[in-house]
Amino acid sequence: MREPHSHPDHLWRNPEPRRAYEVVIVGAGGHGLATAYYLAKNHGITDVAVLERGWLAGGNMARNTTVIRSNYLWDESAAIYEHSLKLWEHLADELDYDIQFSQRGVLSLVHSLGDRREGLRRVNANRLNEIDAEWLTPAEVKAFCPIVNVSPDVRYPVIGGTLQRRGGIAKHDYVAWAFAHKADEMGVDLIQNCEVTGFDLDGGRVRGVHTNRGLIAASKVALCAAGHSTVLADMIGLDLPIQSHPLQALVSELLEPVLNCVVMSNAVHVYVSQAHKGELVMGAGIDPYNSYAQRGSPHVIEYQLAAACELFPIFSRAHVLRTWAGIVDVSPDASPILGLTPVENLFINCGWGTGGFKATPGAGWVYAHTIAHGKPHPLSAPFTLERFTTGALIDEHGAAAVAH
Amino acid sequence: MLIPCPWCGDREDIEFKYGGAAQVAYPTDPQSADDAHWARYVFFRPNPKGTMAERWVHTAGCRRWFNVVRDTVTHTIRPA
Repeated sequence: MREPHSHPDHLWRNPEPRRAYEVVIVGAGGHGLATAYYLAKNHGITDVAVLERGWLAGGNMARNTTVIRSNYLWDESAAIYEHSLKLWEHLADELDYDIQFSQRGVLSLVHSLGDRREGLRRVNANRLNEIDAEWLTPAEVKAFCPIVNVSPDVRYPVIGGTLQRRGGIAKHDYVAWAFAHKADEMGVDLIQNCEVTGFDLDGGRVRGVHTNRGLIAASKVALCAAGHSTVLADMIGLDLPIQSHPLQALVSELLEPVLNCVVMSNAVHVYVSQAHKGELVMGAGIDPYNSYAQRGSPHVIEYQLAAACELFPIFSRAHVLRTWAGIVDVSPDASPILGLTPVENLFINCGWGTGGFKATPGAGWVYAHTIAHGKPHPLSAPFTLERFTTGALIDEHGAAAVAH
Repeated sequence: MLIPCPWCGDREDIEFKYGGAAQVAYPTDPQSADDAHWARYVFFRPNPKGTMAERWVHTAGCRRWFNVVRDTVTHTIRPA
């Protein structure tokens, strides 16, 4: 791994866009950068541009709560998220960059009989998929995470929990920069301040994108724009079953180490971890209304803080340093949409909703494969746009322990 | 965000539940609607960056359903 003193002055070039590329990826967030990296690394496709209307990794990649886990209920989800988690486990070495991946464990608290049944079912489903999962009693919860209040004397007592020890967090910026650095090194052009304003179509086939920096031709165009996917799809008349919502998060001031793992609570609804630097990072559910405003309603923050203070009485004197929101792309079944589109040479990766960060390497891997071969990777085959017509949904609402 | 309930006037959004896009039409001939048609009706909704016609219900107030037009970037609202 690279020592701090040898950190390069620049992690990527800032090239002018060329007139044509083999593949143009729209969106230089985590998924777009990972896709570019794996296109170059796994498929030898380096004639690639990643276009970004703002700055690199400045959207949801800069706004998420960095939780990484793979303990999803359904086989299709378990397979793709576990693939991603296995990539995370070697990513720092592969990218030669300390992304501060820390497998400190993700603990999901259980507060009701319904929660308990769901939790036990998910633990068993995970084990059948060879994903590590444990059921914890309240005493075991207390032993694993001593600052959780497991007293019966609260409104929603903790009656157990599920634990994925291999889950954890990573440093989001470093992840993006590491993928960007390696993709750039292999010849990928990362082009910031380049907004796609339209598509160059030839019949039912896409052959390039119009941007604020001119027309850029491409044999293949791959959308990777999360909450703004619909804005792009609308330009080409492609309908997506996506709704864009604000997802808020917050941090406290920097504190001494007090929280040793990721804790999530589905029922009282908050998830929290302590970043390496020391701030408590918290999130909860989306704001209910459609929005592109990157801000949400104050009561959503108030509710998650109330939940956090009940679970962790020690937090009651911490301060909220700042709150923010990202725009997440929510699909009807809370599962991603990844694959081909009715428009020839146009590919789509969206619908990760509130949980896309953990999938960054896995999504990049399968999306690169899909783009390179012109057909879905086996792991993403169940996640195509067609499932909303066939009815073969992968319903991870609630079943995925809700919070991401 | 203040939402103009037609009966109670401007109230904070915490008093309301969101009803999503307004004017989603049920298939006119449901017997002959195919899977693609049903998919569109069940799963596909407008998601504009800009003005959006949408429904709200004043759950903590008069419980009335109503439509507004809201800008999804600025959150400014006008009655539909």
